[in-house]
Amino acid sequence: MKVPYSWLREYSAPDLTLSELEHVLTLSGTKVESIQHHGIGAPEGFVVGKVLTCEQHPDADRLRVTTVDVGEGEEPQQIVCGAPNVAAGQTVAVVRPGAIMPDGTKLKKAKLRGVASLGMILSEDELGLAGERAGGIMVLDDDLVAGTPLVDVLPVFDEVIEFEITPNRPDCLGVYGIAREVHAATGAALAPAPWADDSAAGSGSEIPGVTINVEAPELNPRFTARAFENVTIGPSPIWLKARLLAAGMRPISNVVDITNYTMLLTGHPLHAFDLDEVAGATLTIRRAHDGEQVDTLDGQTRTLDADMVVIEDAEGPTSIAGVMGGARSEVSETTTRVLMEVATWVGDNIQRTSNKLALRSEASGRNEKGLAPEQALEAQAVATGLMLELTGATVLGGTIDAGPFAADPWPEVTLRLREARVEGILGLAIPRAEQAATLTALGFGVADAPDGLDVTVPGFRRNDVTREADLVEEVGRFDLDKLPATLPKRRGTAGRMPLDARLRRRAVDALIGRGAYEIVGWSFTEPGVADKLRLPEGDPRRSFVALQNPMSEDHSVLRTTVLGSLLDATRFNVARGNADLRLIEQGAVYVAREGEQLPHEHRALGAVLHGRSSAPSWGDERAPRPLDFFAAKGLLAATLDALRVDWSVRAEAQPFLHPGRSATVLAGDEVVGWVGEVHPLVARAWELEGALAAFELDLDRVVAHAVAVPYFRDLTSFPPVRQDLAVIVAEDVAADDVLRAVRGAGGKLLDGVRVFDVYRGAQVGEGRKSLALALTFQAPDRTLSDEDVAPVRDKVVAALAKHVGGELRG
Amino acid sequence: MLERIEEIHDEGLGAIDAAGSTEQLEELRVRLLGRKAELPNLLRGVGELPPQERGQVGKRANEVRKALEARLTAAVERLDASELDAKLITDRVDVTLPGDPLQPVGRLHLITQTWRELEDVFVGLGFTVVEGNEVETVHYNFDALNHDPTHPARGRTDTFYVAQDTVLRTHTSPMQVRAMEAAPPPLYVVIPGRVYRRDSDATHTPQFHQVEGLAVDEDITLADLKGTLLEFSRQIFGDERDVRLRGHFFPFTEPSVEVDVSCFNCNDGWMKDGSRCPLCRGEGWIEILGAGEVDPNVYSYVNDDRYDPEKVQGFAWGMGIERIAFLKHGVADLRLFYENDLRFLEQFG
Ligand SMILES: [Zn+2]
Repeated sequence: MKVPYSWLREYSAPDLTLSELEHVLTLSGTKVESIQHHGIGAPEGFVVGKVLTCEQHPDADRLRVTTVDVGEGEEPQQIVCGAPNVAAGQTVAVVRPGAIMPDGTKLKKAKLRGVASLGMILSEDELGLAGERAGGIMVLDDDLVAGTPLVDVLPVFDEVIEFEITPNRPDCLGVYGIAREVHAATGAALAPAPWADDSAAGSGSEIPGVTINVEAPELNPRFTARAFENVTIGPSPIWLKARLLAAGMRPISNVVDITNYTMLLTGHPLHAFDLDEVAGATLTIRRAHDGEQVDTLDGQTRTLDADMVVIEDAEGPTSIAGVMGGARSEVSETTTRVLMEVATWVGDNIQRTSNKLALRSEASGRNEKGLAPEQALEAQAVATGLMLELTGATVLGGTIDAGPFAADPWPEVTLRLREARVEGILGLAIPRAEQAATLTALGFGVADAPDGLDVTVPGFRRNDVTREADLVEEVGRFDLDKLPATLPKRRGTAGRMPLDARLRRRAVDALIGRGAYEIVGWSFTEPGVADKLRLPEGDPRRSFVALQNPMSEDHSVLRTTVLGSLLDATRFNVARGNADLRLIEQGAVYVAREGEQLPHEHRALGAVLHGRSSAPSWGDERAPRPLDFFAAKGLLAATLDALRVDWSVRAEAQPFLHPGRSATVLAGDEVVGWVGEVHPLVARAWELEGALAAFELDLDRVVAHAVAVPYFRDLTSFPPVRQDLAVIVAEDVAADDVLRAVRGAGGKLLDGVRVFDVYRGAQVGEGRKSLALALTFQAPDRTLSDEDVAPVRDKVVAALAKHVGGELRG
Repeated sequence: MLERIEEIHDEGLGAIDAAGSTEQLEELRVRLLGRKAELPNLLRGVGELPPQERGQVGKRANEVRKALEARLTAAVERLDASELDAKLITDRVDVTLPGDPLQPVGRLHLITQTWRELEDVFVGLGFTVVEGNEVETVHYNFDALNHDPTHPARGRTDTFYVAQDTVLRTHTSPMQVRAMEAAPPPLYVVIPGRVYRRDSDATHTPQFHQVEGLAVDEDITLADLKGTLLEFSRQIFGDERDVRLRGHFFPFTEPSVEVDVSCFNCNDGWMKDGSRCPLCRGEGWIEILGAGEVDPNVYSYVNDDRYDPEKVQGFAWGMGIERIAFLKHGVADLRLFYENDLRFLEQFG
């Protein structure tokens, strides 16, 4: 909402600087978005002048050389002028050298075709008084005195304030509504409402020959109409055009300008019909038929439905009610009789119509917020005054007031505002008298009540203020800068970071500590990702949550795995020359569930490794290893071991992984994820080459397996016995099978065993491999001797032979 | 006999003093004092000497053995020290070479870093962290938050729909009613999470992150909101910060406010060089979030009688994690957050 400051001050003019006013309005909820200067750069140098002489320029057909009286005590100035309409005897607007023009430039003395020109004679557009150039220089009233500063006689120097009006305050979409806020916020006097004097009040409830039928009263609470005859269409006066332009609207003709001006002042839209073009002089307000078509003013044909309202005359629809008028009965240059409509619509319905037709207008933007029926006659009163003053019109008949509101006006609601409640909600005491003063200033009715105030809500705040809490806001919002800063008492409650959240941080930090970079990918993906990942029919990761209104096909479903976004980020970085990637991502994945409104969501933690395990370093003896299955498993181990999860893997192919280098990850017996090298065809789908390994965990499940509170074990009082053992087994025996055999035989004394070397070669024979095992024996109550360990070791060796066909090496 | 002992003494000491390496000293130790050396043998043979000589020879031989041992030990120490010095000199390295093997340093994403920072601030202020689902019912996302049936935010141009009654949550606020249904008052929670809106340009991405706050108790005031957010602002943006509340409108708070923090980039809107501050556009204040006292209607949607609007009251706020990160770290184009370019990632976390 753009408001010329001078216009606002006509209704409330606080003794504050503009920036002080900006501050108080912004704090109280009428936020100033910007303040822009409108018109000339500075008042100096712009004066009224009288054209004394006007001669043809000696060397240019289109130029005149004039002398202009610019005021008492000054020599007449020679000014060269190109306007065709300049003539001796005219009173004109003159700018003199040194003045700042509206575009910020400084006017200089000039020579035009050899003739000196000490200034310019101005046209309307050069002063910001017209949207475009038309008809040459501006001719002023002859009774103006030469030398008078132009700013004293024309609205050419103003500030325009742009307000952000919240959707609950359509009353502030009018200058007077904002003036009321200024009045309440500053205490400056508020001028009487511009509709206080209605020159057509009491002239009856009929207009001769005009019929209004409200056939959709549930969507049209009030429809008011007035008629004017002897209307002369013409341009608006300068002051009116200047205000419209400053407020961002284009002047068109006096009648149209009056509807716009009245809307800007009162907040309520109006529509002017050429009464003689209204077929049958009848307007019917009805629901549209499904599929009915209407041509709107913007030259388009719109298809309506039965929840939209049309205004039709005897020849059919002329307007989409509350949204846009039609061309047929539009006011034109030949109009002499005007039917002025101001009607109240149901805001939600207008909004629906506007959205559905994708048709927005100044009128729909206001009507959709729900205007008060009381406002309709306010706008009629303002418009009537201007019609009489500016178009030479006379009122024809009285005021038609149709619709249910006319018969049965809506009651005004009275609410109790408890004094204690105000302080209780705000944490700031506001004396009852001050509350009453604020509410009165805002237009509320106020009466004393035992514990506070009984407050009557005016119609224009009916939708917004319905409860005590709303009144608390009204009295509180002007004192927000006085609020103390206190902290809640909390009554014994304390804040917590839940254990699972802390464990998730630990899981991520373990990876970060090993050089991983965390990415944040899109939750959105394309359905085609399922094929790119080679997911078979029936794979739950094909059960996408699909968006009904995606922004693009690429982002039309929600991801079921973070592998896609990790591969996307990998490709993005590789394409930009960022090599050797170790990316991780934590975030939700979503799997649609049959028969459930909400999908299954869990937090995933995934990683993609690409390139080399590290950048080459001067101390390397060998080239860095490519990031293969075991690199991924090592990183996986870092996060699982950080949480002390009892985990294992099982060889099992995932469709998107290398079938021989793919494993399911288990915590205890529960499947919690997978790890492996990415299938070459999947890598190709992401245009990636070379080593590419990945894992993904269901972080919620993993965290449930974490040992968050380890219990102490005495591992220091009695030292362990460590022994190494090399066992030769067939190539197809898994390391885990060997370890399981060792653990099964090791009994209580075996504290741990791990594989620390794998050897293949002639010494162990074709199709066989040697695993080097490190065994740790320990007892909680004594130091073990070799004699204690020997029988256990024998059992282990026997078990290896029995279960995995292992034989000791060397 | 004694003469021979003296010879061994003099020769031995001379040889020890002349030795130039610990290896030579080790040889001398074997030659002079080893199992097969003359002096120990002499000592072992003392018992066979005539009784009148035994005492004198034995005593002197022992003295000489000790003297040789002492001289050897001293010489070893002397030579050890000088050999070590020599070794230390030749073992010198170029300390300016990088560490090896390389220890890569990972980084958290700036969103996660900021997310955690905010969580920690509010835990310190007495709030418990809870999270919620991102696919949400229209009931919790709009209805229970007092949005009119025709509220524009419900529109398909603004909100992603999964079904007629199911959306991608447009804010973390649906967790307000869910959190109240999960626990009775007094309730102090913060809710970080990912949210979605149909918007895409330099300052809007279709997914982004928020931290919701909700405090409900018997007597929580708007002044308490101000105090809480003042402390938050000072922890995040510096101890000099101030906050101000501006009147505003949200469907689910009443009174509603927008909260500004005093600009940390300028002096009351102006830069040192006299130009307007680009961050706050010369206003001296930067909008950081929307907030207010929980609207009484919201309690009526909570399926728990203990949330009676005549008995409880509280405040709520919602702030954008990316916005805080932008203000604090200067990342003006939000799309950078989701490109995941390594050269972006390595600058934070
Ligand atoms: Zn600033």
